[in-house]
Amino acid sequence: MIEMTDVTKTFTLRRRTGRRLRRERTVVRAVDGVSFSVERGEFLGYLGPNGAGKSTTIKMLTGILTPTSGRVRVAGLDPSRARTALARRIGVVFGQRTTLWWDLPLRDSLTLVRRLYRVEERAYRTRLDELTALLELEPFLATPVRQLSLGQRMRGDLAAALLHDPELLVLDEPTIGLDVVSKATVRGFLARLNAERGTTILLTTHDLGDIERLCRRVMIIDHGRAAFDGDLGALRRAAGADRQLVVELAAPAPPIDLDGVPVITVEGPRQTLRLPDGANAASVVAALAARHEVRDIALRETGIEEIVARLYRGDQEISAPATS
Amino acid sequence: MGVIPWVSWYALRRYSAYPLGSMAEAVTNTFFGVMRASVLLALWHARPGLGGYDAADAVTFSFLTQALIGPVQIFGGMELGQRIRTGDVAIDLHRPVDLQAWWLADDIGRATSTLLLRGVPPMLVGGLLFTLHWPGPGAAAAFAVSVVLAVLLSFALRYLVTLAMFWLHDERGIQAVALVLSLFLSGMIVPLVAFPGGIGDVARALPWSGLVQVPADVYLGHRTGGGLAAALGFQAAWAAGLLAAGRVLTRAAERRLEAQGG
Repeated sequence: MIEMTDVTKTFTLRRRTGRRLRRERTVVRAVDGVSFSVERGEFLGYLGPNGAGKSTTIKMLTGILTPTSGRVRVAGLDPSRARTALARRIGVVFGQRTTLWWDLPLRDSLTLVRRLYRVEERAYRTRLDELTALLELEPFLATPVRQLSLGQRMRGDLAAALLHDPELLVLDEPTIGLDVVSKATVRGFLARLNAERGTTILLTTHDLGDIERLCRRVMIIDHGRAAFDGDLGALRRAAGADRQLVVELAAPAPPIDLDGVPVITVEGPRQTLRLPDGANAASVVAALAARHEVRDIALRETGIEEIVARLYRGDQEISAPATS
Repeated sequence: MGVIPWVSWYALRRYSAYPLGSMAEAVTNTFFGVMRASVLLALWHARPGLGGYDAADAVTFSFLTQALIGPVQIFGGMELGQRIRTGDVAIDLHRPVDLQAWWLADDIGRATSTLLLRGVPPMLVGGLLFTLHWPGPGAAAAFAVSVVLAVLLSFALRYLVTLAMFWLHDERGIQAVALVLSLFLSGMIVPLVAFPGGIGDVARALPWSGLVQVPADVYLGHRTGGGLAAALGFQAAWAAGLLAAGRVLTRAAERRLEAQGG
């Protein structure tokens, strides 16, 4: 569905260097040799810190920007050359912008989108009924868009992007600023869309809950380069995310000595042990209980937030190379 | 039927969505019509027959051009400029429709709405307070054509100025220049017929005269027969040329588009 081969996009910035009108030209490599492909039916999370090149990638995928070098194919088309033809086959939602007509009722925006994408009247009715039910649009279909809450507007934008039943849906931060309930509605909807309709979805977000809840595959981009590509488990392993066992003993004791399970911290009776990859937590706990008097035990996993924060800060070299 | 006529229809509804705002603008337009009519009456009292207009022509010119302020958006600008500045233009570019055609359709809807809401009141009030010229059926039909061409021409000019935003990133400077050109060279401030000699000839040959002066002359019946055809041809030629320039600039803008606003 998507093929990006060695894609680069550079912008030339001219910036004043202080004295008079002398300007310095700087070339910014927003995307720097990114390659990946997405198969039909995949649900890919595209992550990266602000300014990493996510939006630039999306704009190249939809044909709004032309890559400086490299090859982009979406649904078999070259986006920058066949932008209009491609737009009929994909849907795009920019979380911070809207395609809806501010001063008109939501229903009118959807009717205009129907004409824009030349959706047959009957197909439109069926589709609109479906989307209305799934996204719970009914209460505000007749409300002018300017009066909608952010969550309602986002659901309206999702409906607008899907009326023509696109093969690929590209979402740029669709849950930004939404409350917990609206997020859950949007996530539930996207999961169903992908599972039941087989729509390929590419999602950029800063909300890692989106990723954990929805994406089987994650791609991380940083400084314009792909820093990781794989599933969530692989991300945890690659980032050196480990499981920790927090043990509360009956009394302070010297560091517990268990084969292959190093102690990280000792704070009085509480000791934290690091479980190596593939270690069986149950047998470690059994061994512990056999040798020590244990009051309490907790198993902790490094959260995805923590893993990604480490990656963004560059604390952690990612050990596994990005696969394409 | 394609989507384009619907874009016009939606724009017409969109721009009619705030009747109070439109009414306030209509009142303003009417008030300035009375003021300008009084000033021009004084001028034509001192110089009767100036530029081939009589006093009633001059008064009619005042109200007529006040009525045209909205449709030809004499003060310049368009929504697209704001969208380029904020990056919302990405949404426009994602639509499977030509950018220029989309915004032209939008502008036709806007112009129609303002013609009805802001154009009719100044003419009615002017007719009550002063003696105005009212056109016969022939001149009225010719005037209708001329107004349509004026709207196209106005869009073509403003679209070029707006697209410059892709290169300039800020439209205030170019808008200020465009505003001065538009106000003076259209005949909005002083009818171009009153411009002396060479300056008048130049002003009448430039596209801005097609926004206000030419439709007004057609309305007043100063252009008939071959002169009428020439007047409409003048508007049409400038509109076509500038729309074509807009096409070229659209392509260039798409190529150079920067990722503004993330």
